[in-house]
Amino acid sequence: MTSTSLPANLASAAPATSTTSQDFTPRYWLFSLPAVLVIAAVIVFPWLFTLFMSTQDWKIGGGAEFVGLGNFVELARDQRFLESMGHTAYFTILAVVLPIVFGTAAALVFHREFPFRGLLRTIFVMPMMATPVAVALVWTMMFHPQLGVLNYLLSLLGIGPSAWVYDPATVIPTLVMVEVWHWTPLVMLIVLGGLAGLPREPYESALIDGANDWHMFRHITLPLVWPFIMVAIVIRTIDALKAFDTIFVITQGGPGTASETLNIFLYLQAFQFYKIGYASSVVVIFFVIIIMLSLLLLYARQKSKWNA
Amino acid sequence: MGRFAKKLGFWASVFVLVSPAVLVFLWMISLSLKNELDNTAFPPVFIPDPPTLKNYVDVFAQNNFGLYLWNSILVTGGAVLLGLIVGVPAGYGIARGKAHKFAILILIARMTPALSYLIPLFLLFQITGLVGTITALVITHLVITIPIIVWIMIGYFENIPMELEDASRIDGATSWQAFRHVALPLAKPGIVVGGILAFIFSWNNFIFSVVLGGKASRTLPSAVYNSLTFEQISWGPLAAAALLVTLPVLLVTVIAQRQIVAGLSAGGLKDG
Repeated sequence: MTSTSLPANLASAAPATSTTSQDFTPRYWLFSLPAVLVIAAVIVFPWLFTLFMSTQDWKIGGGAEFVGLGNFVELARDQRFLESMGHTAYFTILAVVLPIVFGTAAALVFHREFPFRGLLRTIFVMPMMATPVAVALVWTMMFHPQLGVLNYLLSLLGIGPSAWVYDPATVIPTLVMVEVWHWTPLVMLIVLGGLAGLPREPYESALIDGANDWHMFRHITLPLVWPFIMVAIVIRTIDALKAFDTIFVITQGGPGTASETLNIFLYLQAFQFYKIGYASSVVVIFFVIIIMLSLLLLYARQKSKWNA
Repeated sequence: MGRFAKKLGFWASVFVLVSPAVLVFLWMISLSLKNELDNTAFPPVFIPDPPTLKNYVDVFAQNNFGLYLWNSILVTGGAVLLGLIVGVPAGYGIARGKAHKFAILILIARMTPALSYLIPLFLLFQITGLVGTITALVITHLVITIPIIVWIMIGYFENIPMELEDASRIDGATSWQAFRHVALPLAKPGIVVGGILAFIFSWNNFIFSVVLGGKASRTLPSAVYNSLTFEQISWGPLAAAALLVTLPVLLVTVIAQRQIVAGLSAGGLKDG
């Protein structure tokens, strides 16, 4: 489906058809033309314009002035920006590792046959589809220090109340918890797809050799689904870097700036302080990170033939 | 005994996996069906007694909910429809024309944060006076719908054997006819998957409406968020509104879960 998996498809096609299709190649561009025009207008133009703006000192309402790489130099010295990078790294690492571990475990469970599997899988997948803002509002109520249901549940377990998102020390892990709740299902689906394609033979011979479940997981399953887990890791990394809705709704980057990630920093610079040029240079940095990760994804897809 | 313990352990793990989702949604429902007194009680009241629909009535009566619902339908409906009209042929063109570079561009477009489009589009809409209009939101939501639809459609069209179209061309069909009457009907499942995913992502989108939506044009997610900040917080109506916002998406998930799983999961479409 990508360029990388295409040659395999071509190889299976009859030689006659591939020559015919090559003759028609330019003609197929007409089918893509409307999309090319729209994408040029709403996607490529914004990218290029952002690149241009990143070299400008430009506040909405004021004039623009060319500063070259000045914005980037300023960013490198901006304590708040550097801290937001740190928050993003902290958030991203947790919000990648935990869903990967839980999602893989969940995939192993849902790979088995058991009663009500379809229904239970649907319930398990629902958080991924639920509107983040709507769910974030409910989490906000659950985190309430005095009246929230979570502190009550903790008290049932004999654990003292947590300040959840109201304490700089716990705010990021708490937001990670919401992220894990939302996105573990996606990891599960990707890994489940990998498990579905596993051959039976290695397991049968391992059983004969007397291997236990853990050995089979560690030495057969894990190596075989590893490419899919790689895809999940890259997708999760990109999504965690981009996380915005839940953080914005629950904390707006607070308390103080304790949960201000790169994306929240970017939003505030652009739409609260209206520093368009400065915000654009943050976008450029973001963009470079994302492109590098996308290339990694292409590489991972090539290995797993993952498709979505 | 060992077998029984194993079985018990398995069901315990199923229980642990499913309960976070169940708990959050049940708590959402519980909050939305309780009166304000029970919602702020501590220890919390879990089962509404008696359950009340007052919160739902309030949502519609006080918050312009109907208008925002209509806005969401217009924006998501428009963006998905335009996305399909433009994206389905594009997926075909890319798949058959082997436009790999264009495919990679689409992939990167799907990966970049929404905020990266928003600053230039915001300036553009300001210049053209479109800030705060439904049109601006529909155009911006194309950023969500087109890449996902094109991406899904490439996969589907690549799986349709070329021979059928070649045969129709030998019979004198034009490229358009080969697409319209041969490839398109075969790709129907892909159109359904792409349409559903585009609907979900567009419906759930928050940030575009926060920045570009006006008081009369904002979509449900940002409207509900605004009711949180500008009015006295009352949990019942808020939970009811939140549930109503996410309900269409959850219903689609339940009804079309097989298509969604196929669209999102590995190898589901390809390599069978």
